[in-house]
Formats: sequence, C-alpha cells, structure tokens
Amino acid sequence: MIHKDKERIIVAEFHKKIKEAFEVFDHESNNTVDVREIGTIIRSLGCCPTEGELHDLIAEVEEEEPTGYIRFEKFLPVMTEILLERRYRPIPEDVLLRAFEVLDSAKRGFLTKDELIKYMTEEGEPFSQEEMEEMLSAAIDPESNSIHYKDYITMMVIDEN
Amino acid sequence: MGSGTSTRHHSAFQNAERTFKAAALIQRWYRRYVARLEMRRRCTWSIFQSIEYAGQQDQVKLHDFFSYLMDHFIPSSHNQREFLTHMFTEDRFAQDSEMEKCSDYESIEVPDSYTGPRLSFPLLPDHATALIEAFRLKQQLHARYVLNLLYETKKHLVQLPNINRVSTCYSEEITVCNGLPSPERSYVFNGDFVDRGKDSVEILMILFAFMLVYPKEFHLNRGNHEDHMVNLRYGFTKEVMNKYKIHGKEILRTLQDVFCWLPLATLIDEKVLILHGGVSDITDLELLDKIERNKIVSTMRCKTRRKKEKQMEEKGKANRKSSAQEPIPWFLPQSRSLPSSPLRLSSYKAHKTNRSSSIPCGGCLDGRELSRQVRSSVELELERCRQQAGLLVTGQKEEASRSASEADSEAGELQKPTQEEWRQVVDILWSDPMAQEGCKANTIRGGGCYFGPDVTQQLLQKYNLRFLIRSHECKPEGYEFCHNRKVLTIFSASNYYEVGSNRGAYVKLGPALTPHIVQYQANKVTNTLTMRQRISRVEESALRALREKLFAHSSDLLSEFKKHDADKVGLITLSDWAAAVESALHLGLPWRMLRSQLVNSSADNMLEYKSWLKNLAKEQLSHENIQSSLLETLYRNRSNLETIFRIIDSDHSGFISLDEFRQTWKLLSSHMNIDITDDCICDLARSIDFNKDGHIDINEFLEAFRLVEKSCLEGDTSECPQATNAKDSGCNSPGAC
Repeated sequence: MIHKDKERIIVAEFHKKIKEAFEVFDHESNNTVDVREIGTIIRSLGCCPTEGELHDLIAEVEEEEPTGYIRFEKFLPVMTEILLERRYRPIPEDVLLRAFEVLDSAKRGFLTKDELIKYMTEEGEPFSQEEMEEMLSAAIDPESNSIHYKDYITMMVIDEN
Repeated sequence: MGSGTSTRHHSAFQNAERTFKAAALIQRWYRRYVARLEMRRRCTWSIFQSIEYAGQQDQVKLHDFFSYLMDHFIPSSHNQREFLTHMFTEDRFAQDSEMEKCSDYESIEVPDSYTGPRLSFPLLPDHATALIEAFRLKQQLHARYVLNLLYETKKHLVQLPNINRVSTCYSEEITVCNGLPSPERSYVFNGDFVDRGKDSVEILMILFAFMLVYPKEFHLNRGNHEDHMVNLRYGFTKEVMNKYKIHGKEILRTLQDVFCWLPLATLIDEKVLILHGGVSDITDLELLDKIERNKIVSTMRCKTRRKKEKQMEEKGKANRKSSAQEPIPWFLPQSRSLPSSPLRLSSYKAHKTNRSSSIPCGGCLDGRELSRQVRSSVELELERCRQQAGLLVTGQKEEASRSASEADSEAGELQKPTQEEWRQVVDILWSDPMAQEGCKANTIRGGGCYFGPDVTQQLLQKYNLRFLIRSHECKPEGYEFCHNRKVLTIFSASNYYEVGSNRGAYVKLGPALTPHIVQYQANKVTNTLTMRQRISRVEESALRALREKLFAHSSDLLSEFKKHDADKVGLITLSDWAAAVESALHLGLPWRMLRSQLVNSSADNMLEYKSWLKNLAKEQLSHENIQSSLLETLYRNRSNLETIFRIIDSDHSGFISLDEFRQTWKLLSSHMNIDITDDCICDLARSIDFNKDGHIDINEFLEAFRLVEKSCLEGDTSECPQATNAKDSGCNSPGAC
C-alpha cells in the first residue's frame, strides 16, 4: 500500500515536470509542440537517447498521420514510462573520457581539430555542419588547434552544474 | 590457414566498431548538452518576458487605480483636491500658443564653447549625417537645436494623414526599420523609438532630422512608447531630464505634442499595412483615417467625453458603436481581475464574450481573486469621503460636478476623443496576435487585444490588403511570421533584454511586395562568445531579476510555504516549493526547471524554506534592523514609486514636499496592500529628508534606498536611516507599525 502511494507521488511529480518542459515549447498554448523540439524536451528531462532511439520515440508519440506536431496527451504517458524505467541514462564522465581515449589511439591526451571533425562527421550518428561548428567553437584550443579532451570534459561538466 | 589474416580483420573490425561506438557516445552526450542549453535559453527568455509583462500590467493597474480615484474620489479637503488635480492633470503641459513656442527656442543662447552640431533650417542632408557622426562621438545636441528640431518636426507631422500612404513605384525599395535613406530607398520606422537604452534622445533627433531632410522617403509610425505617460515609467523622461537639466521640461512638453502628431500607420501600395501593435475585430481604417489623431495624447489615460455629450453631438459624427456599459475597474469586487500567468493563455478561462474589449481599464476579466484588503480599503476610503462630503445621493453630486468641469474644459480647449476613437487607436498601438481564433482583451499588456488569424483575414479582405507588418513584441530571431504568413512581426532592437538575448531584424519590400528579412546582432562581444557563454550571461541577468522579484514577494512566499507545512516542521518538498512560488508570483514560469538555479541542493528533496528566504534577503539587503516588510514593499514597487514621484513632481524639479510624499503613500497603501500608520510614514519621510528642509529629492530617495542596500551589505549600521529611526520610533519589528 505504502509502495503504491509512493509511486503515485513520484508519478505525479513526473507529470508536473514533463508538463513544464513541454509547455516551454508549446508556443501556441494548445498542448502541442513542433516534432523537432521533442528531442530537446526529452533531453532536458534528464534523458540521453541516441538519435536512433529518439527517432523511435517520435514514431511512438506521433499521430497516425504525422502532422509535424506532437500532442501532449500522447507524449505524457510515453515520457512518464521512460522516466519511471530510468531509460536513456546520461553518460558518466569516466565513460565519456574513455570514448575520447578510444579515438585518441596514440594516447596523446588530445585530438587535432581535423581528427575531431572526421570522427564527428563521419562516424557514429554524424553531426550536421552546424553542430560541428558549435562544438568546435568551444572545444578547440586556437593555439594548438586541438581539443584536450580531459579539460574539455571537466569544463563542460562544471557548466552543467 | 589464414588465421593471421582473419585475426587482423577481426581486430580491424573490432577497432572500427569501437571507434564507431565511441563517436556515437560522444555525439549522444553532446546533443544532450546542447538540448539543455537550448532549454535554458528558452527559460531565460520566459523569465524576461514574464517580468516585463508583469511590469506592464503593474503600470496599467496603477493607472487604472488612479484614474478611478480621479473619477470617483471626492476629496474631503481643498488640499486633497488640489493634490489630486495637481497629480493627475493630463493637460499639465497646456497647449502653448505658437508664438510662445517660437520664443522658446529662439531665446535660448548657445554658448561659444558648445562644440556639438549646430542646425539650421531647412535641414540639409549634411546636417542629418553630421548629427549621426556627432552622436557617435558621444556629443549632445544643444537644447536650442533640440527644440528647434522638434518644432519643425511637428510642423511637418501635422500635414501628414493618419494613415500614411507610400508607393513603391516612387521608390524602388522600402525598408521597415534601419539605415540611410535616399530617393530609391524609403524607410518606415514602426514606433517605440524611445524608452530603452540610454540614447533615446539621440535616436529621436536622428529620426526627426532625416524625416525633415527626406520627407517623401522617411516615415514614422507612432508606437505605444511615443507617449509621455509611458515614458514616465520606462526611463525616457528620466533620460531627458538628466541630459537637459534646464530645458528638459520644455523638451518633454514639446515632445508630448510631437508624439501625438505621429501618424498611426503606413500603407504601402494600398496592399501592406504597417502599424505598431496590431488590429482588433473592430478596427476601422476609415474611421482611423478621419479622427484627429493628436487628440489622443496618451493611450494610458482616456479622458473621453461622457455619454451625455455624445448625445448632444452633431449628427455628422462617424458611425459609432454604442460603447457598452463602462468597464468595471479591476480592483472593485464586481470585477474579475487579471489572469495569473502571462504565458498560459490557454488556461485563461475566457468568458465567451464577443465583446472585443480593448480598454485598458479592466472590464470583464477572469482570474485570481483580488485581495480583500485592497477592495475593502478602497471602498472604505470612498465611503468615508462621501460621508465627509455630506452627500446623500452620490450620483447626483458626481454628475453635477462632472458636467461643471466639462463645461470648463469644453471652453476653447481641445475636444477630447470619443471612447470609440480612443479604443481604435489603443488597438492599433497595443494589440498582439495570437494563435487561436477570435479577439479578446489583452490582459497582459492591459491595453489593446489579442487578435486571431480570423480577425487578420477579415481585415485583409475588407480592405483588400495582402499582409500586415507590426512590431511591439520582442522575438528571439528578430522577426516572426504568424497567421499563415499574413502577419509579420519585426523587432529591430537586438540584445533587448540583455546582451545576447535576441537578434534584431528589419524587412525590405520591393515592388513585388515580397518581404525580405535581414537579421543582426549589435554587439561585437556576442560574436566572439560561444553559444554557451552567451546563454550564461543572459541567464545570469534573468536569474538576478527573478531573485529580486522573489525577494520582493517574501511575505507572500512565506505564507504560501506555510500552507504546505501543516506540521510546522519548517520543511517542505521541492515540489511544494514550485507550487508555492507559482501561487505567490503568478509568472507562469517553469519553476521545476529553474529550481536548481534558485535553490541550493538539499537533503532528501526537502527545503528549509525560512532559511531559503533569509538567504534571498541577504543577497538583496542584509541588515536585520530594517523594517523588512516595508522595504520589501518599497522594493517591489520601486519602479512604480519612481513613476508616481515623477507624476507628482510635475515641474520636474526633482523635489517633492514631505506632505506630498505622505499623501502619496496614503493613497498607495491600499494598492500596495500594506498596513502603515501615519506615524511610520512621517518617520520614513523625515528619515529620508537628509538635509531636513522639508523636501525630498526624488533621486536622493531612490539613491538613499540603494545606499541602504549597499551600506547594509557592508555592515555599516550608522548609514542605515531605517535602523536609526527604527530604534527611535519604536517600529523595530516588521508589522509593528
């Protein structure tokens, strides 16, 4: 019984959070958001899905005949489930560091600008040009023209908090 | 067997896979980071907007209150009557004769030491460009030339129609908003030239100068800030008085005139309508074309002719929809007041009315219940006055006094606009588009309405127009289309809220009338910052403003928190915190998202609310002896107070008497919902009057307030007038007064 109550409270809290995040993008105040903003909403709620996972999620919350808009009524239950199951957990710092180290096969402690561009635009789920430029602007040390990923990660993580 | 090769292949494959996964992981992480930044950016935006709109609401609420008092308050003493008239006479700046105007500026001597631009009329293009150069070098135009320019500007404006018609076959390109004009390039500036930034005077000078030099190519529309009442609050009045200490008053007076002669709209090729705010379902361009636009001195306070008068009018008047019964001001029990959140329009349970109420004075509105104290205190005050005046039937006396004053005002003075005329202009200058169909009162602004795509369509069809261009709302990208691309919002002030907050834009129209948008961001610094840094800066600014607002509502917050703490443990959940804050502030902000920025992490999701409030106060001002509720109220109403003082200080001398201060405070006390005795007011007044000469310097008052803040932060008790007085008068604890 107590367990059920607790869960209800948690769910209620999730609902409020989800509603808040959704409303930030609900420009017309009609409980819909542009489908292109769904990724931002989900991620700001603490989840870290891949583009592929995001794509699947969108398919789940879209209308039968996609309108380009996602309705809150459809979004809420799906998102609540995700939060309850703690799906798409964020990536811990050390895991992120190891990922960079994999790319830095020579173990220099940094990646050159060109290397970063190559990996980010040709591997995994490639960046768009805009995404690449934005990442470069903050990550690349202009003097060495490289990214010292350990410092970069530390900086980004502090910024988050 | 080839196992070597396959091992190599295998490890090569493994490597490729690992690389792929690593890259994917980094990308996944990065995309989340960017999404969170984007969310922060949106939240920051919401903060600024909701605070700005709440401020606008305040402004209007205050005006409603005073307008109502003006109309219904029967002063019990001659002094009170004097005081009120003195405070609220809109016609303070009486219409001077032309002769007086001439001598106004001609008699002003310009010293030889003056190195700024010297203008002669008629203005030549060189003068205009010289002005720009001079301002770039931070020079100030001498008052004589300012007044001269304004006088010439008015002469020009008077000949213009209400709706300015511009044709593209004359000029090849029309730009709505920036740059240097020439015969091939016409410009339309769509209002709100002042009140933001500290160079409003200079901007006006440039605009007017160019308008005089290129009268056929340069067009200005009036915005809601081209209004002396609005200027009082938003800083333009202050700017003028600071820059022109001797002639500021005259300049403001002349400007009041110039503003009300600004055309209301511009029509391009009879197809594109450009106006500042928007339209409503009753917008009548033919009527607007015919009214005497200079009668609408300010859209804030409508002194319209009474119904009686209207009946007595000549039949020639335009077809007027009979104005519905007078709207009920928001602070009276019969009205339903403003909705809680500016951003949640859909939850605003609108009465299903077809009435397109665009009157700033409240009227059929819905929302939260008004504080009983306010209502009853206003009613009590009125009752008391009526009794004192010895009236049996209030109605009669009011009617009598009104028609008397009307008779006076009629004689030789400017005819006031009708309710309908005024409403039409307010709609044009204050309305905002909305996504939903229909037309409803713009409760956020307190003026004009929200108009839906159907209203736009109706208007475009009626007058055979192609689309509307308007401004009035800040947009992150500087522009925004809506209503099926039939309405274009153009906002040209980049970095409006804060450096990096938004881009500016202007639109160009060629003969085909296709809009071409140009965006920019006017700050070198922002270009070198990363997105992250830009967002952080703006965010910090927004959060600071928000914390200030939170502090100003400390008492409300405390009572809301207590509601969630039935067992009086001193703790509430973070979820309750969010709910409580929204109930107290009504800003409609995503509090759960902002929480991490406003609340230090606490153990098990519980918050010690009292110490949280204490910390808030510490940030703002930290001396325990200060009568915190009084200061809190002062703080919350800081900008209102300044406005009010400036209204009282009609000669802009910068001084108000202690008595005026007390009277004002009394009038305000019901509005501000605090209980304060006369003694406390006297003490407050005396403590602020540092040199004990019976006058309070407005600037010093506000300065003193800031000093109090500052010195208390530095822990210097001797500087705290409040503290000393508190000990003397015995008002040491909040609420004791």
